Amino acid sequence: MIDARIRKRFPASKDSTAFELDIHLKASSPVTVLFGPSGSGKTLTLDAIAGFITPDEGRITVGDALLFDVAARVSLTPQDRRCGYVFQNYALFPHMTLKENLAFAADRLPRAERRGRIAGMLDQFHLGEVSGRKPHELSGGQKQRASIARALLGNPRILLLDEPARGLDPALRAELYVVLNQVLETFKVPVLLVTHDLEECFELGDQMVVVDNGRIVQAGQPAEILDAPANPAVARLLDRHNLIAAEIAALDPARQLSRLVCLPGSGESFEILGPYLPGHLLGARVTFAIRTDRLLASPASQASDGAVPLQLAQVSLRPQTARLLFANGLMAEMPLRAYESHRHNKNWTVRFPPEAIRLMKP
Amino acid sequence: MAIDWFPLWLSLRVAALSTAVALLLGLWLAWLLARRPFRGRDVVSAAVTLPLVLPPTVLGYYLLVLLGRNSPLGEFYEWVFGQPLVFTWQAAVVAALLHSAPLLIQSARAALETVDASFERAARTLGASEWKVFWRVSLPLAWKPVLAATALAFARSLGDFGITIMVAGNIPGRTQTLSVAIYDAVEAGDGALARTLVLVISAIALAILWFANRLARTTFTFTSGQAQR
Repeated sequence: MIDARIRKRFPASKDSTAFELDIHLKASSPVTVLFGPSGSGKTLTLDAIAGFITPDEGRITVGDALLFDVAARVSLTPQDRRCGYVFQNYALFPHMTLKENLAFAADRLPRAERRGRIAGMLDQFHLGEVSGRKPHELSGGQKQRASIARALLGNPRILLLDEPARGLDPALRAELYVVLNQVLETFKVPVLLVTHDLEECFELGDQMVVVDNGRIVQAGQPAEILDAPANPAVARLLDRHNLIAAEIAALDPARQLSRLVCLPGSGESFEILGPYLPGHLLGARVTFAIRTDRLLASPASQASDGAVPLQLAQVSLRPQTARLLFANGLMAEMPLRAYESHRHNKNWTVRFPPEAIRLMKP
Repeated sequence: MAIDWFPLWLSLRVAALSTAVALLLGLWLAWLLARRPFRGRDVVSAAVTLPLVLPPTVLGYYLLVLLGRNSPLGEFYEWVFGQPLVFTWQAAVVAALLHSAPLLIQSARAALETVDASFERAARTLGASEWKVFWRVSLPLAWKPVLAATALAFARSLGDFGITIMVAGNIPGRTQTLSVAIYDAVEAGDGALARTLVLVISAIALAILWFANRLARTTFTFTSGQAQR
């Protein structure tokens, strides 16, 4: 549905270093989530699709509409692109009532349809009762629904959302996801959404595109990406993995196993069983990632074979899990309940299930 | 002592007309400068500011060359209106316009720049033409500072001396504006008249500045978070 090749150089300026956006985004699922840290180029990508910035090179199509093509000298104005854009601050016109905001967008519809469409939208997004209010008299959730309704009113080709959940409390966040799912069902408009929140990717994204430093570093389903980040950079962005350097000490093709001598960031090296690593030589240095929740931590008193003894350095508690940070830099996440019964324990062991080890491309 | 108030009325009329024309021509230009990056924007911006720094006599000279009876523009004006432009009160309007428009454009530009760009972007994605964006979004959101800028421009056009005397001259009862009349009164040793006119113009200017400051102070700008990459 979306095929956007975008290249744009931003020269260094007073308040930013030079930056290059070089992205080829292909998305065909109902919801695509652009995930990445701030400053990675996610919002610039949205802006290029909406027509707020002009790429130096590239071509952008949405559905069967060509919006931009340097080679063919095509560059539609934002007005002609018909991209619904939901801004981070909603950008509801503060001097107009909610209804006037919708009417502003309805001007591009045939005259006879306008009133009906506005009424329909007010109804659909449960805004009928507050349609006479100005934006500053609306609640956060109402503003959010109003900005989505306004963006959808002109029958856009695509709905672009810039960090819609940023700064929302959990209840509003949940409401947003309900509204977006409703939008997908009723309006059948593809959605491209920007976030730096991994949980949002899981909540919304059929497809997740990881953007870092102006480039796409991985694309796929959120679960796939979390399970097997393509490289250390992605693993670091996801912030849910241990990245460990290791040396191959033994390879056993018959049992499909290897022995790895791990060299953690600090502390002593230790040996674990890993998966068989075809195409690698004995003594080679590799880096692997393992999800913090796939490491099996248990108190040293319950140690089993092959478990690595570790000193606990710090614990951070989350609603459902405890994140254990060990003295050598490793991190393990375990169910809160399991942790609570060993609350004061300092000596732990950790096991590395071989099937959870993901070798990183250098 | 009978004071001839004609110069005051003429000055007010000239200022009102020139401010209206400045608004008509300048507001749109101010918005283009504030919001629409175009090739040569810096050159246009510099050219617009130039009258603020050039000596009034230089500007008056340019106007004489441009609008004089032998210039194409001057001839055209004479052909349309049946009389020359220079040394009429209409020429004083042109002089006041040149004197005040740069101030209006620069301060209106600053006023329009206070509007959060995301409102204008949103309007464009909703299909609004640039004309509609300006009239329905940018201007309504910045009307107070724009009005303040207009008041300042009005005050400034009341005060021109140099350009006016070069292109409109000093014809009592016809082209003699307030500032020119004050000069005349001082030259003629009429201290009472000069004093009165000086006090009147000072009071008017003070009132306008007070009004403009009040507008600027009660201005609420609609801002949001910084744009993200």
